[in-house]
Amino acid sequence: MPTLTTTPALDVDRIRAEFPVLGRETRPGVRLVYLDSAATSQKPRRVIEAMTGFYEQHNANIHRGIHRLAEEATEAYESARRRIAAFVGVHDPAEIVFTRNATESINLVASTWGRAQLQRGDLIVLTEMEHHANLVPWQMLAAERGVTLAFIPVTDEGRLDLAAYRALLDRRPRLVAFTAMSNVLGTINPTAEMAAEAHAAGARVLVDAAQSVPHLPTDAAALGVDFLVFSGHKMCGPTGIGVLYARRELLEAMPPYQGGGDMIRRVTLQAFVPNDVPYKFEAGTPAIAEAIGLGAAVDFLGGLGMAAVHAHEAAITEYALERLSEVPGLRVYGPPAAERGGLATFSMAEAHPHDVAQILDHDGIAVRAGHHCAMPIHEKLGLPATTRASFYLYTTRDEIDRLIEGLYKVKHLFA
Amino acid sequence: MDDLYREQIIDRYKHPRSRGTLDPHDYTYEDDNPLCGDRIRIDVRLGPDQRVSKAAFSGQGCAISQASADLLTEAVVGKTLDEIKAMSKDDILEMLGIELGPVRLKCALLSLKVLKAGVYGIDQVEPDLA
Repeated sequence: MPTLTTTPALDVDRIRAEFPVLGRETRPGVRLVYLDSAATSQKPRRVIEAMTGFYEQHNANIHRGIHRLAEEATEAYESARRRIAAFVGVHDPAEIVFTRNATESINLVASTWGRAQLQRGDLIVLTEMEHHANLVPWQMLAAERGVTLAFIPVTDEGRLDLAAYRALLDRRPRLVAFTAMSNVLGTINPTAEMAAEAHAAGARVLVDAAQSVPHLPTDAAALGVDFLVFSGHKMCGPTGIGVLYARRELLEAMPPYQGGGDMIRRVTLQAFVPNDVPYKFEAGTPAIAEAIGLGAAVDFLGGLGMAAVHAHEAAITEYALERLSEVPGLRVYGPPAAERGGLATFSMAEAHPHDVAQILDHDGIAVRAGHHCAMPIHEKLGLPATTRASFYLYTTRDEIDRLIEGLYKVKHLFA
Repeated sequence: MDDLYREQIIDRYKHPRSRGTLDPHDYTYEDDNPLCGDRIRIDVRLGPDQRVSKAAFSGQGCAISQASADLLTEAVVGKTLDEIKAMSKDDILEMLGIELGPVRLKCALLSLKVLKAGVYGIDQVEPDLA
């Protein structure tokens, strides 16, 4: 009996045909099984072609030339900004600042807003499940400014301890910065609820959405956050392009980030007047082709519908967790499928993650082994390293089956 | 399986010949690779002829790091300290009998790095082992 649903299922075969690399073999006769999309996603042909097309037909510098190509390049770059804004529910494209990646976006906030606003004794609340990108910039600011850092603990089930969070809010932090989805545990955090509570306590809110924007529908306005950061390369876009969303009045009050061309309105030998937002934060020639590539990526994802992308990943994740639970001696970390994004981080009793990854690689299966740029959460788990399989809109059940076969091979070899 | 997991490596990992600690010992050192958590300690005892009479390793990590420590602690028996100082990356790779990419190379070379640091009595090892 057909089920009534508002979310049309993805045509995964058709989607896979759009990704040239998914057709390759890692060695003769061994088809690639790419389970490392949380590190970086693969790129559909239309993204690659958007960038090539720009270089072949329109390449020019932006925001200054009067000639035809310069106008086309500027329009393509700004059009990408508008479409990316719409993709994450931002109505004013000037609130979208292009950066290199989520990491640079956080560094931008720390070194502009953070330096201008925070003083000795001010409190920043982070979490124990943060990626190094949302830890180290604040540690650097803390060392420079005498700002205090406090951390929302992670429970044994891999969730944030929200009671402890509320107790931290009683200390009146200036900023709460947390990941929307853990890149290790997969936990999807209650972003809107946490943001509302932070605001009620008088704090600003920064959300590291590097793992969530590629996989879940995102509505920055509805989330009510002050800053939201993500990377293009994890969402079918190219490397070298990332986004900082911030509310306009915050951007306008923030000092510039880097100095140079394009970020100024006027310059004398002694001084400068900064440009309007977002250009104030985009010094120098930006990654034009990459921004255009990311524009093509959000067109692609938006065309499929992020609800459909998420539904596919949720089904794959549920299947993967079920199959992984069959493997004796294997332990998966993090919450149940319903509360997590498309990844599974695990350990095996018999074999070190490096050995697991190496043996899987022999069968063309690409997973990540290590601490996934999140050493503190591994310390909490009591493990120096884990193995992570991560999924995306192109991941199939067959690929999960091949992962499981590979894991049995590991067990056999190390038994 | 492929060359990387030759029987010798799995066998050494599962049944190491020289795992343990030595008390007394003349040299000991311990270090880790924070990227993957491989940790190795090596103890060395010298005989009256100032050659290694016994060496042992302890620690944890991947098969490559542990197998290479086991092979190394066996291979240094009978060597002088100068001979140990002269050992190189190639000696380890020859013992393992495999080729390794840059990430796994660090796993394979941790034991030599630890042994040399112990023998030199300082943290100073060649850059290509660091």
